[in-house]
Amino acid sequence: MSDHFGGPALFLDRSDINTDEIIPAKYLTEISKEALKPYCLEDLSLEGFDHQSEAMAQARVIVTRKNFGCGSSREHAPWVFEVNDIKVVIAESFARIFRQNMYNCGMMAIELAAPELDRLFELAEYGQVHIHIDVNRRQINAETHTKRLTFNFDITPFDMALVNAGGWINFVDTRY
Amino acid sequence: MGQTIAEKIFARHFRDEPFPGVNILNIDRVFCHEILTPIAINDLIQRGRDGVFDREKVKAIIDHVTPSKDSKTATQAKTMRDWARRVGLKDFFDVGQNGVCHALFPEKGFIRPGQTVIMGDSHTCTYGAFGSFAAGVGTTDLEVGIMKGICSFRPPVTIRINLTGELRAGVYAKDVILYIIGAIGVNGATDRIIEFHGPVVNKMSMEARMTLCNMAVEAGATTGICEPDATTVDYLWPFIQAEYRDRNSALDDFSQWRADIDADYSETLNFDLSSLEPQVTYNYKPDCVKTVGEMAGTPIDQVYIGSCTNGRLEDLRIAAEVLKGHKIADTIRAILSPATPATFQAAIKDGLIDIFMEAGFCVTNPTCGACLGLSNGVLAEGEVCASTTNRNFNGRMGKGGMVHLMSPATAAATALQGSIADARTISAQP
Repeated sequence: MSDHFGGPALFLDRSDINTDEIIPAKYLTEISKEALKPYCLEDLSLEGFDHQSEAMAQARVIVTRKNFGCGSSREHAPWVFEVNDIKVVIAESFARIFRQNMYNCGMMAIELAAPELDRLFELAEYGQVHIHIDVNRRQINAETHTKRLTFNFDITPFDMALVNAGGWINFVDTRY
Repeated sequence: MGQTIAEKIFARHFRDEPFPGVNILNIDRVFCHEILTPIAINDLIQRGRDGVFDREKVKAIIDHVTPSKDSKTATQAKTMRDWARRVGLKDFFDVGQNGVCHALFPEKGFIRPGQTVIMGDSHTCTYGAFGSFAAGVGTTDLEVGIMKGICSFRPPVTIRINLTGELRAGVYAKDVILYIIGAIGVNGATDRIIEFHGPVVNKMSMEARMTLCNMAVEAGATTGICEPDATTVDYLWPFIQAEYRDRNSALDDFSQWRADIDADYSETLNFDLSSLEPQVTYNYKPDCVKTVGEMAGTPIDQVYIGSCTNGRLEDLRIAAEVLKGHKIADTIRAILSPATPATFQAAIKDGLIDIFMEAGFCVTNPTCGACLGLSNGVLAEGEVCASTTNRNFNGRMGKGGMVHLMSPATAAATALQGSIADARTISAQP
């Protein structure tokens, strides 16, 4: 399972990134997840960010600040990450619905305290950061060519069960 | 130790605790609209699970883009329509009967104190106005709700907000909630429930309470809740009169869903609102709030009155009072979308629509459209909208557009002035 979670990280140094920025409402008229793929983070307000850049295309993990995914309940936000092979978001905090939607899809929304997140952001100054999530050890391994950092994270037993089951629907089927 | 409103509702609806810190609740109402539901429907079909746990508790509507504007939205609508017929939903609202979900469902008497409600829509928290626990969810939670009538939540942690003093004339529920969001921030209540108390809430109509609760999610809250009282009973009376001997017995029954005096809150916040001014947002977050005086004179291209926040009859009355006998500025285009067909009809009957049209408003059918930049009032790049909706995110009403949130009174005054204006400065016409 842990092999699914990791790869090049994309750093979004801003708080309160909302779901309209992640996937604008005009694309909610699509009725397949795959159709959302080109529009990931299209309306993100962040200086220097280009949603069509190579860094965006390569990204497998997003690292960001507070209250990520606030706003609408649209599960299109986790889905647009999923179809772009981004299955982990690391942030200081998340909006409730976005966080639940991530785990409901069997993906991870990992919270990291501000000082540790600062160190992770600093690491990005040394070049492209690759992040590997060791789910069993509850560890985030982040490395560039020259540096390596390890952080511990917490995950609730319920969230872990959702990740292992591959989402809420599968979990529900085994239990209710 | 006493209980909060949400704790009482959770206790009554408790189904399971699969892990510590996780409550699986039985859900009384699972509401569905055409934006978040079709993918769930298609997934259920694919799983060979096409059906609903209860054809009366699951209710559906087409409201975000209606009538459909293109092939994609027509496909979404058709997916809903076919499904509603196939699974035999008792209540489904299509073109002609449809309106903005969070205005229409309460108007039909579907929400009662003490209920649990989920919908694939973040503004589901609106229904907390009735003393229900109502939370927005994503498509997967909705799909499980449709299939099994359950949903997972963390045990409720509640912030108590006491609203004291007396609102000045020209200050409304919208100003109150914008002010609160400005004070506590867009994540000030994340993973918390907000209970609204105090004389200001007690005096509010159900419409005003819905405006208040509607924007609880903009402070990150799971939901906002008001205590059910005589105002709640009066609003619901046409729907419940067969169930109760008289209004007093309904009130007695509803009172079980009031908070205990010794209930435990994570935080208690007191706001004295006696000197509150009308509020307007700036920038791209709903917690960026200033007084109308500070924002006055900001040029505006479009005024929009409508939505689940402020598209109800009371809102239309407030705006019409300001507009009566006046014309909107030459530089402005103004749009009114009454939130439901019943609201639209009542507004025609009461002469409100005449006032809007004589002032120069375009009146559209009930729909969510413009609020999220989907139809009926999308902004061009660089355009600015004064809006009674709930979100001012970058690009919300159209890519490159700017949205200032405000009350219907402020929006009406702004339409007349052509720039953000205080309704209290507009002279009333007989």
